[in-house]
Amino acid sequence: MGSNLNPKAAKFSLLLDPLIVEDIRCHGREAYPHECCGALLGHSELVTKVLALPNTTDEGPRRRFLISPTDYQAAEAQASSQGEQLVGFYHSHPDHPARPSEHDLAHAWPVLAYVIISVRKGEPGELTSWRLKEDRSAFDEMELTIGEAGQETS
Amino acid sequence: MAYTVFIPTPLRPSVQNQSTVDIDGSTVGEVLSNLTSQYSELKKHLYTEEGHLRSFVNVYLNDDDIRYLDKEQTSLKPGDTISIVPSVAGGIGTASVAEPDTMPALSNQEVQRYSRHLIMPEVGMDGQRKLKAARVLCVGAGGLGSPVAMYLAAAGVGTLGLVDFDVVDYSNLQRQILHGTSDVGRSKLQSARDRLEALNSEITIETHEVALSSANALDLFKSYDIILDGTDNFPTRYLVNDACVLLGKPNAYGSIFRFEGQASVFGMPNGPCYRCLYPEPPPPGLIPSCAEGGVLGVLPGIIGTIQATEAIKLIIGVGEPLVGRFLIYDALRMKFRELKLRKDPNCKLCGTNPSITQLIDYQQFCGVTQEEPLTETSDFEITVEDLKKKVDISEDFFLLDVREPQESQICAIFGSTLIPLGELPNRLGELEGQSNLIVHCRSGVRSAKAVTLLREAGFINAKNLKGGILAWIDQIDPSLPKY
Repeated sequence: MGSNLNPKAAKFSLLLDPLIVEDIRCHGREAYPHECCGALLGHSELVTKVLALPNTTDEGPRRRFLISPTDYQAAEAQASSQGEQLVGFYHSHPDHPARPSEHDLAHAWPVLAYVIISVRKGEPGELTSWRLKEDRSAFDEMELTIGEAGQETS
Repeated sequence: MAYTVFIPTPLRPSVQNQSTVDIDGSTVGEVLSNLTSQYSELKKHLYTEEGHLRSFVNVYLNDDDIRYLDKEQTSLKPGDTISIVPSVAGGIGTASVAEPDTMPALSNQEVQRYSRHLIMPEVGMDGQRKLKAARVLCVGAGGLGSPVAMYLAAAGVGTLGLVDFDVVDYSNLQRQILHGTSDVGRSKLQSARDRLEALNSEITIETHEVALSSANALDLFKSYDIILDGTDNFPTRYLVNDACVLLGKPNAYGSIFRFEGQASVFGMPNGPCYRCLYPEPPPPGLIPSCAEGGVLGVLPGIIGTIQATEAIKLIIGVGEPLVGRFLIYDALRMKFRELKLRKDPNCKLCGTNPSITQLIDYQQFCGVTQEEPLTETSDFEITVEDLKKKVDISEDFFLLDVREPQESQICAIFGSTLIPLGELPNRLGELEGQSNLIVHCRSGVRSAKAVTLLREAGFINAKNLKGGILAWIDQIDPSLPKY
């Protein structure tokens, strides 16, 4: 169990391979003007795989995303079948900053990393990662390192 | 006794990193309550401050969402397992952040026109601009299409498409309020356009004067955001449903018959479709259309405005859509009932392994054939002209009217005897000794059934009046009213 799955850890970080970042950026560009979403699999704070998932929201995909319970279960099952963990989820904010919204906060799960990519006029831009505070009051921004996988794994 | 509860990844740190825990209880609610008292960290993530399960927390008993069972009261039996399964949701925040530039602005005149929308927080400027940007297609400009099109036009839906190929008839006016007396004989779409443009000249009306078919439906639907089904027959209803699911478009569905109406929203990503409810159409002729069975004039007003309401909610993105719920309205008892509808995983169209991947022949699917089986056996039927000759030479025959009493009150052929089709099998005795039977109804369909029945009962010379009383009025006696 890595440090970022320990809720008592003071600082959370996430390590993304540049290819993983490119996958997320591509998905954001393809889905624009709708929000895209998907799961991040890996070990502890390292993301090794991106799993694009359908946005099944009923409330207008330009402003909302929803990963169905079935898709959540499939992602979790895929992670454990490959000896990996579900590290978190990503989604895009079309024409909005890569900051978690009130809506993100209201629906957030603890422990998981929430990666947000801002997509402006179809072009992916800023990428950030967030984690729900223990008391659900807000998100903490995670330290994001984009680099080659394998260098910092524990 | 203890039941196994599966814990999802994000909650595992709160239960000492276990993926399952065994908890006592006799209902799902009890197990969850014991779970959260044993692992108090879980409570704030599973429950709201008011003590309700959070909307994005799904609890499954074996493979079933407890929302579709008895919710937290669902009782448990040995071997059951409970899973807590997240939905992961989020999105862009409140409207205070700049809305994408793609939404059209409102003119001062539009602001004035839509002011009662704009001052509601649920609609507001954002919602009204979404309505203006929206493209909605209404299939049918008749009973349901009238209130749908009029309210959506008034509400400011920017582009409203209409599909119809019919002509306004006097018998439409009792319910199809798009059309007026002076429109009788005009194309329904021309009449609808005039009415809607008079109501709101700010919007664009697109008319498609075609019979919707498998050949044109996908092309017609693809540029619209939402489809409203205002059709009156099964082949078109399945066609609209299938095309919507194949294109991923919501289908605000409504149907009406006599005093009863139905409404639902099909074709949403996680919701059921019409085929989940009715995988197969009813046998042809079992369920009469409005033309055969009648319909209360205000009924489409109720059901059509429900369809329009659902379309507006979907466009603005507020409220709970009528997805997975089937609303049934009974005007006589003045009651609304709601049935829960689930997406059928075995649905041939929207299930996990769909076998229908393109549009099919819906006439054939619904058993509707373009048959004219009665013309071949001239022995089986008689024309109105021949009947008139028999009347003129005072030939001896017995004219049987198999319509309903309320129909014979509207008009009747002189000298006929009324026995409604449904009562005929039990009243054959009244026809004893009649060797020369001629049977009629309104248009010739019911009377053909009656003739078949009579011939099987031994009245081998019974004949059907071709075209029914409608043909009689057209060809012989135009003084009678048509209905």
